[in-house]
Amino acid sequence: MKLHEYQAKEVFAEAGIPVPASRLASSVEEVVEAVGEIGYPAAIKAQVHVGGRGKAGGIEIVTSEDEAREAAESILGMDLKGYTVERVLVEEGVDFVDELYVGVTMDRAAGEPVAMVSTEGGVDIEEVAEESPEAIAREHVDPAFGMHPYESRKVVYEAGVEQQFAGDVASILRTLFELYEDSDASEIEVNPVMITADDDVIAADAVMNIDDDALFRQPELAEMEEDAYQNDLERKAGEYGFDYVRLSGNVGIIGNGAGLVMTTLDLVDYYGGQPANFLDIGGGAKAERVTNALDMVFSDENVDSVVFNIFGGITRGDEVAKGINEALEQFDEIPKPVTVRLAGTNAEEGMEILNTDLVTVEKTLESAVQRAVADAEEVNQ
Amino acid sequence: MSILVDDDTRVVVQGITGGEGNFHAEQMIEYGTNVVAGAVPGKGGQEAAGVPVYDTVEEAAIEEDADASVIFVPPAFAGDAIFEALDAPLDLAVAITEGVPTQDMAKVNKRLSEVDTRLIGPNCPGIITPGEAKLGILPGNIFSEGKVGLVSRSGTLTYQVVDSLTQRGIGQSTAVGIGGDPIIGTSFVDALELFEQDPETAAVVMCGEIGGEDEEQAAAYIAENMETPVAGFIAGRTAPPGKRMGHAGAIVSGSGTGTAESKIDALNDAGVPVGDTPEEVADNVESFL
Repeated sequence: MKLHEYQAKEVFAEAGIPVPASRLASSVEEVVEAVGEIGYPAAIKAQVHVGGRGKAGGIEIVTSEDEAREAAESILGMDLKGYTVERVLVEEGVDFVDELYVGVTMDRAAGEPVAMVSTEGGVDIEEVAEESPEAIAREHVDPAFGMHPYESRKVVYEAGVEQQFAGDVASILRTLFELYEDSDASEIEVNPVMITADDDVIAADAVMNIDDDALFRQPELAEMEEDAYQNDLERKAGEYGFDYVRLSGNVGIIGNGAGLVMTTLDLVDYYGGQPANFLDIGGGAKAERVTNALDMVFSDENVDSVVFNIFGGITRGDEVAKGINEALEQFDEIPKPVTVRLAGTNAEEGMEILNTDLVTVEKTLESAVQRAVADAEEVNQ
Repeated sequence: MSILVDDDTRVVVQGITGGEGNFHAEQMIEYGTNVVAGAVPGKGGQEAAGVPVYDTVEEAAIEEDADASVIFVPPAFAGDAIFEALDAPLDLAVAITEGVPTQDMAKVNKRLSEVDTRLIGPNCPGIITPGEAKLGILPGNIFSEGKVGLVSRSGTLTYQVVDSLTQRGIGQSTAVGIGGDPIIGTSFVDALELFEQDPETAAVVMCGEIGGEDEEQAAAYIAENMETPVAGFIAGRTAPPGKRMGHAGAIVSGSGTGTAESKIDALNDAGVPVGDTPEEVADNVESFL
């Protein structure tokens, strides 16, 4: 789960990390009003869950009311990498002399959190990591002990932060690490931390992502979730409790188990089709879940054909078949051709139950995918 | 022969009185697994799935001489359940639970480096040595006894490949589902090392997926250390960056790490053929035997 910049900054401020004065606005008038209060220069920043907002035109610095109005008009309502901008953060412009990067994330390979500091802040840190990895100082932290104060100082010195500011930067890093632990974050990042003309150290941006699997014990953060879904289909999938990702193709895919569903996507591509989605109905699915899954995929207007691939371990083929029949019998005419392949637990019973007037049944994964790809091609001829 | 589990393995089921735990304990027993006890706090003295239940894993280990556990405990308590298995101590713990918070696993991971217990999972289907023992939720009927070892991050994908093998008359020595989470107890390299040491495993199938660097590390290990031939598969070639494809660990990061391409290239460079389809994986295994 991702927090918006304005939410992460609220969390930061509460934890004692200095952030610029700011106000949230959702209309041009609100922006003008906010800038009037905060003063010039000010930054107008789109609040959407995408990285690289600046480059994409989602952040502007304004020095007058006219400029503020113009920036608000262009940013509010704009499409940023698939997300519509509905709110902006209006923030005091900081007169800075230097920009740093400070972050904490989980190093999967090491199985430990890692703190990172770089003096090359204010730019895409992933590019820095690729082009000059030595510019980022890293310190692994023992998850059982937490971050020792010396570790925060060590990584800040190692990054080459000037001694005059090192104490303040290390203090921000320690607070970030405490937040990382206390809030079950998967990632916390400040890029840039600004050194101001007045020698202050301030968090000018804020990224904070929370581990979805830990939200059950982070009720306050869970309540802050906003704009979690990029489109109505993803919202619907969330309500149904499916793992769902919408893609750009036209072959709808339903299956059980992440690895097998991904493989089905890959096979659609391999046989010359284009996958429309990833939809994992999970283990042990009953008839109702199957019906919901078909409803999901049918309601995607891009979908021209559907492949339903189940390998039953705890999922039973006869249950799945019942659900498919129930879902399809509601229609006078099947909205999109459906190909089904069942294997594993009770697969044979399932294949006997399936109404072959409504679906095509295939015995192997490969043949089922080829059938669905051919069906999709036919629709487009 | 086999790795990690056989018919001598004495199993305690953590969470045996819950719906999932109870059902799968019965399935494991039916398969022939030597399930000797259950462990559930507050349920000591009862019986479930035909075996005695103890309040603690330690008690079960002492009273019933258990040396392995299977964990069917909800995510909020799974980290604690794993620590309990490590501290009992058992030789092997298999965590089936999906959705364990990553920071809990970081703490578990730290302890694992200090103890002798091996952890498999979490978020995995478990481990099976066909004809001897199954610890987990894998459907026993698709497996057959033989000489091919399997290691996979995904459950149903494992079933798909095993089914192809079994239908061709190719049996399996042991199949291990290592799990789809970012931090797991047993890595590909760990499992490959065990298969390499097992004289009865003649070939290995490794099913990876996008996310992390575990497959790349496995490729390096295979190139350096393995005589046993390995056939590979990588799921997620068509996955877009930044989207979690079901598994918490299956995500290509924004900077392009963890892509299918990088994993396939690494495996090919290590001499491992990577099938485009599960059937091609079975073809490759067949060519090794």
